Amino acid sequence: MSTTHLGMPGLPPPAHPAFPPFPEAAHDAVRDERLRGNLRHATTTIRAKRAHAVAELEDWQRLREAGKRIKDHTLRHLDRYLVQLEEAVTAAGGTVHWALDAAEANRIVTDLVKATGEHEVVKVKSMATQEIGLNEALEAEGIRAYETDLAELIVQLGKDRPSHILVPAIHRNRGEIRDIFRTQMAAWGRPAPDDLSDTPAELAEAARLHLREKFLRAKVGVSGANFMVAETGTLVVVESEGNGRMCLTLPDTLISVVGIEKILPTWRDLEVFLQTLPRSSTAERMNPYTSMWTGTTDGDGPRDFHLVLLDNGRTDTLADDVGRQALRCIRCSACLNVCPVYERAGGHAYGSVYPGPIGAILSPQLRGTHSDIDASLPYASSLCGACYDVCPVAIDIPEVLVHLRERVVQGGEVTREGNKVVLKPAKGHGGERAAMRAARWAFSHPAVLRGGQRLASRTRRLHPRTLPGPGRAWTGTRDLPEAPAEPFRDWWQRTHGGEEDDK
Amino acid sequence: MSGRDRILGRVRRALAGAPEDDTPYEQAVPRDYDRRHGERSTAETVDLLAENLVDYRAVVHRCDLAGLPALIAHLLGERDSTGVLVPPGLDASWLSATAVAQVADRADATPHELDRVDSVVTGCAVAIAETGTIVLDGSADQGRRRITLVPDHHICVVRVPDQVVSSVPEALERLVPARPLTWISGPSATSDIELDRVEGVHGPRTLEVVLVSGA
Ligand code: SF4
Repeated sequence: MSTTHLGMPGLPPPAHPAFPPFPEAAHDAVRDERLRGNLRHATTTIRAKRAHAVAELEDWQRLREAGKRIKDHTLRHLDRYLVQLEEAVTAAGGTVHWALDAAEANRIVTDLVKATGEHEVVKVKSMATQEIGLNEALEAEGIRAYETDLAELIVQLGKDRPSHILVPAIHRNRGEIRDIFRTQMAAWGRPAPDDLSDTPAELAEAARLHLREKFLRAKVGVSGANFMVAETGTLVVVESEGNGRMCLTLPDTLISVVGIEKILPTWRDLEVFLQTLPRSSTAERMNPYTSMWTGTTDGDGPRDFHLVLLDNGRTDTLADDVGRQALRCIRCSACLNVCPVYERAGGHAYGSVYPGPIGAILSPQLRGTHSDIDASLPYASSLCGACYDVCPVAIDIPEVLVHLRERVVQGGEVTREGNKVVLKPAKGHGGERAAMRAARWAFSHPAVLRGGQRLASRTRRLHPRTLPGPGRAWTGTRDLPEAPAEPFRDWWQRTHGGEEDDK
Repeated sequence: MSGRDRILGRVRRALAGAPEDDTPYEQAVPRDYDRRHGERSTAETVDLLAENLVDYRAVVHRCDLAGLPALIAHLLGERDSTGVLVPPGLDASWLSATAVAQVADRADATPHELDRVDSVVTGCAVAIAETGTIVLDGSADQGRRRITLVPDHHICVVRVPDQVVSSVPEALERLVPARPLTWISGPSATSDIELDRVEGVHGPRTLEVVLVSGA
């Protein structure tokens, strides 16, 4: 293992150089009235529903604690569980591949698809394959990847990017969706009917017909997974529409790309997450469909099953004793829906497939903080703590944000691609300026701060007397008031008396 | 070095500084959450199942074993089904009252062929009252996963009270992980368009659950 000293500019190029830093993207989003309207409607609706679904279970906090402990235990012994999983999947007739980074994962999947002789695959929504840019990699090799989740279809046809983990087209309203279907479906397959209206039922029907011909002829399916059980080798996909079942069941070959942190030690552990995930994400007692498969089954489902285990920055994240808790995430998206910053800035501002609070702590760890967007993400928050309160695996997102801010500003030892490196402070680099603008953006939008729900007792611990780094620069040499004994938003309201309120 | 060795090596290095932990797994996780929520009689548990199924837009019917063939015949007739897929191990008496053409699931049947069949009738492995869920495990009375996926109309027979459990933890105890499992809670649905729930996207758009007693 080598220790290298790296200044910010010397680091490898960012994963997505095209993304502007958070504050610029957020600025555009806030001016987009339609986007804001869609987001507000969506997040408000789902927030209320989630609270109701969670209140039905009086043991919620105990389930949450169990979920946290299962994940922490798994991460602590991840090597052991990975080996156990590999053995179980192999014994059940599957083939396990290991991919260190996006390029390797893409090459493995591309080779597997080519070996089938097919030129198209059907895909069920998967964050991991978006993270590695699999569709683009397949396209470059002449393989077409069809997204089959309704929202992903909308995004793919609209040549757009997802803006929400669970509802990736949350930024599109029905009129826009109709226009996208009318103009784009024909280029991808069965066209939309000429008289397509904008009622959700008709739009869903158009998608059903468009995708059905693809499902019925599909020979290769590509998926992710919500959980992998080490003890049994079972993979689990949780979904609503049935496109997942189609992709997992009808093709001859199934390729699942899954982050190494998705492991659960035992079958029994599912009893925790199958209760907390649906209620946290779609606010349902249970989502319409959950598929579980273990290797291959004679005569039922794919004959060939390949599992691609993906690192791509996860082991680097694991090496950080504060930041590693982000790997507990089960991608429920509850933290997005309660986040006042997300509600106003929208998912695209985060410049990553992982938007919202979880994106703000995950992307900079998976990709490093060397790009402007990733350096600015830890600042895209008012630290109100609402995300922590709803998180079903109790990830202390504010704690990690503060930790990453210090990292950006003060530098320090981190692990990158398996090696320990020492980051220099961001001072004077683009990253610092981007971070500073993100902090200023959050501070200059009182409505963002006001949206927070956290009580003072928790925020106090997280507000150092001087904001680290860019925050410090922004506050000049003044110290922040002695830990405010009132919620941060109230303190802001009082000291800044509603001025600059951006409605 | 293989990708496998490199990833495992990185994991081990990442954990090198972590505090020793040799707590056995059984003790590492508190299991003080509830095995089920609330106390109910058997009849109440079945009622809750029915209630939650309806809440997620499944159509629920109840009958005794003697009435089952007539009910199934009625449900197929109501839809004007012209064909019904039959899993290999389905109790033949269940379909004894219907004249609708019975289609056996052949191993080489293509998805397109299945797509031309209107309905499917199956049993189930277990049903969960608290969540309104039925679970299929590919047993002979349920058949391969595809036959309950492609047809647009699924009639699922649940033997009550034997096949009904209260909760998710109780259901997992009864299931065999090695079998391909499909958990179904209502017909397929999407909320992707402005979060308006629309029933019926790719899976069967109509789910009818028959709670049959005395079986
Ligand atoms: S961080 Fe927590 S709340 Fe946010 S998506 Fe992950 S599990 Fe859900």
